Amino acid sequence: MKKNLTAWLCLLPALLFLLVFMVYPLVDVLIYSFEEGFNFASGRFFGTGFYNYSYVLHDPFFIQALKNTFIIVIITVPLSTGIALLISMELSSIKFLRDLFQTIYFLPYVTNTLAVGLVFMILFKKTAYSDGLISLLIQVFGGPSVDFIGGPYWAKMFVMCFYTIWIVLPFKILILTSALASVNPMYYKAAQIDATPKWRVFYKITLPMISPMVFYLVITGFIGAFKAYSDEVALFGTDLNAAGMNTIVGYVYDMLYGNSGGYPSYASAAALILFTIVFTITTINLLVSKKTVYYN
Amino acid sequence: MNEKDNRKIEIRAGIRDRARTIGTYLFLSLWGIIVLFPFYWMMLSSVKSYGSYNSEYVPKFFTLTPTMENYITAFTAVPLARYFLNTLIFTVVTTAIMMIVVILSAFAFARLDFKGKDIVFSMFLSLMMIPNELVIITNFVTITNLNLRNTFMGLILPSVTSVFYIYLLKENFEQIPEELYKAAKVDGTSDFRYLWKVMLPISKPTIVTITILKVIECWNSYVWPRLITDDSNYFLVSNGIQEIRENGFGRENVPAMMAAVVVISVPLVVLFLIFRHKIMAGVARGGTKG
Repeated sequence: MKKNLTAWLCLLPALLFLLVFMVYPLVDVLIYSFEEGFNFASGRFFGTGFYNYSYVLHDPFFIQALKNTFIIVIITVPLSTGIALLISMELSSIKFLRDLFQTIYFLPYVTNTLAVGLVFMILFKKTAYSDGLISLLIQVFGGPSVDFIGGPYWAKMFVMCFYTIWIVLPFKILILTSALASVNPMYYKAAQIDATPKWRVFYKITLPMISPMVFYLVITGFIGAFKAYSDEVALFGTDLNAAGMNTIVGYVYDMLYGNSGGYPSYASAAALILFTIVFTITTINLLVSKKTVYYN
Repeated sequence: MNEKDNRKIEIRAGIRDRARTIGTYLFLSLWGIIVLFPFYWMMLSSVKSYGSYNSEYVPKFFTLTPTMENYITAFTAVPLARYFLNTLIFTVVTTAIMMIVVILSAFAFARLDFKGKDIVFSMFLSLMMIPNELVIITNFVTITNLNLRNTFMGLILPSVTSVFYIYLLKENFEQIPEELYKAAKVDGTSDFRYLWKVMLPISKPTIVTITILKVIECWNSYVWPRLITDDSNYFLVSNGIQEIRENGFGRENVPAMMAAVVVISVPLVVLFLIFRHKIMAGVARGGTKG
């Protein structure tokens, strides 16, 4: 009996915080999403039903956010995983300076997204004083002058994806390098004796051996990219709708807070739509992995 | 004849190998430059004077007359020191409280027996799947209703538990042989004394990892502080930098902005350079960003 008491006392703080800040909100967000015309100030609503969902799905800002998010996901997840794989393969093949390269590559992980985003903005932005370094660089090679921050949609999307990849690569490189290091060297030696060509070694040995980690990165990559928000704010400022670069998470926060805020019901509906999308994609990923991933 | 051919083949293979190695280093260096360039650029811009920065249509890649005036501007024109102090308080207090909560729960799950342990633990695990975006809406309302906006309490409270870290630490605690616990019990050591004197020292690497990961997370957190503070006396550095960008020194004072960015980035970069092996091993074991 005394033992039970000690255990529950130890768990008490965690239980309390989880109940108040996770379990209750989870129920509450569902309730919010079905309360129509909920007013934050008076705390009243006039009906229950699917109106909030319908409103969100017909809101042009949400459609724009949905489109942006999907583009970011489709471009950055495969590209960043591919580049990370390439870099970690090259990294594993060298000894000299390897530690230095690894340290440098990991640096973006520990930096403040908003702070470094400001540097990217300066590099890409066209102002009255200067076209911005990247744009000038393009002009050296005979290209046009482009404003990547306030210019055409594809230019903004390019910076967005570039910055996202720059931010997520450290984690992926780290995971893949340690996965590559854990492959048993016996396999490579056996392949060497048989004079197996390099690409074949890669497809038949390396890739299957590290496939659980690659797959882990793909899943977390999808989830992370669907939740993109801070990176966008870092580049384009807090008014993402005006820049046309909003994301689903950004839409949720805009509905909740700020000049366009005060609508927790719409925010809840949008958050649940996002959760459904992420959940579906993750399930599909898991099903695909069962067929392709090699577990010892 | 045959020997000559063999040597030719060897030389050719040697050249190919060397070319490959050079290619590898070129490729790796290229990515290294892409990673480092923004850092170089912020430091460079932060020591250019306001006048010289704005007169360069084509920005120069070095400066012969570095100046510290931007750093003075950064600390005097906006309350950068206050943002800094706020973030420090927030980071230290959040991490400290979270460590206590996490250690106690992990201890209960790993070493103590009580009714319903398995059920409670699987409930904890299922909470790991819940994305923050889903619960933040209600938390915002809760904190607002409790009148905790623009307070440290409001900033800290929702982020002092992490199911993932409880899980990580519990796994670690369980690897400590149970015989030690029994021996301690026979000697009449109390549970908490055992936790403090035996389990924590043995699990130090995991504790350090969790602390570092949490510190990084706190230092960079943006969304929750933005929702919960609109009084700049309570801004953290992320919100501070956003404020500086939108209303700070007057939009065009890029060098002063860059000085602020450098000041904000330095603590974590220094921390990383000191503990880099620990941090990288820790993140590889169980870190995801944000």
